[in-house]
Amino acid sequence: MSLPFIIIAVVTLFAAAAAMSLRNLVHCALSLVVALAGLAALYLALDAQFVGFAQILVYIGAVAILIVFAVLLTRSDATPNQAILAPGWFTGMVVSAAVFATLGWAALNSTGLPIQMPPAPLTTVKNIGDLLMTRYVLPLEVIGLLLTAALIGAVIIAMRDDAPGTANTKIEDGRLKMEKPVLPSSPGGVS
Amino acid sequence: MTPLQGCLLVSALLFSIGLAGAVTRRNAILALVGIELMLNAANLNFIAFWRYGPNPEALSGMMVVIFSIAIAAAEAAVGLALIIAIYRHYRTVNLDEIKNLKG
Repeated sequence: MSLPFIIIAVVTLFAAAAAMSLRNLVHCALSLVVALAGLAALYLALDAQFVGFAQILVYIGAVAILIVFAVLLTRSDATPNQAILAPGWFTGMVVSAAVFATLGWAALNSTGLPIQMPPAPLTTVKNIGDLLMTRYVLPLEVIGLLLTAALIGAVIIAMRDDAPGTANTKIEDGRLKMEKPVLPSSPGGVS
Repeated sequence: MTPLQGCLLVSALLFSIGLAGAVTRRNAILALVGIELMLNAANLNFIAFWRYGPNPEALSGMMVVIFSIAIAAAEAAVGLALIIAIYRHYRTVNLDEIKNLKG
């Protein structure tokens, strides 16, 4: 274990703990950005350059911004003055500690784990693209389909299904009624 | 402790932090953030085993992580859309106040 690995790991873990424990949700989102950047640095330290930069692009560039948008759209950006932990949080903490104990015990006591790092493989973008187009082409297509479906699904779920104030709707005694669109009369029509 | 075990320990701790946040926080957005942290811990495991494993030039762990990042992006988009829809209906995102199945 080298010193840079320890520094990056400590920063990542502290940022993750802060993202899960701060009161203000905007601060949580910013701590999440630090944790994700630390993870990207860990990937770079493990010779996975493409994954590290994809992590920065996707997580820090898209997911963190999406979370900030959700925080602002749900008006939960102010510091809450009521409890931030759900009832039954103690059980959750115990379960999480048990999960960590199990995982840590398994990691520390397993035999036969490789010790030496093998020589760095060739991980150029060309290699990755070749593999994506030959051996992993079916998962690539499935991922494309999944992303399309998720995009359409997210838009449909978040779409306001009763859009007030649009041209063809009006609200009468609290209920929404659709009106037929008023077609412009054709000039010079039947009089 | 070997370097691989260090990676595995960091990943286990990250997973536990994410799990604790996902099950104990009241806010639905933070539950989603916890799930993202757990996914990232799994990705770190994949990368560590790929790097220290016997056959790293097959790039298999890296491919799994690339696809996993794409799935996590889709999950975040759909999850946040659901949270926004729930907020529009209940005017709250606190998970313990959303009890009614039939709005």
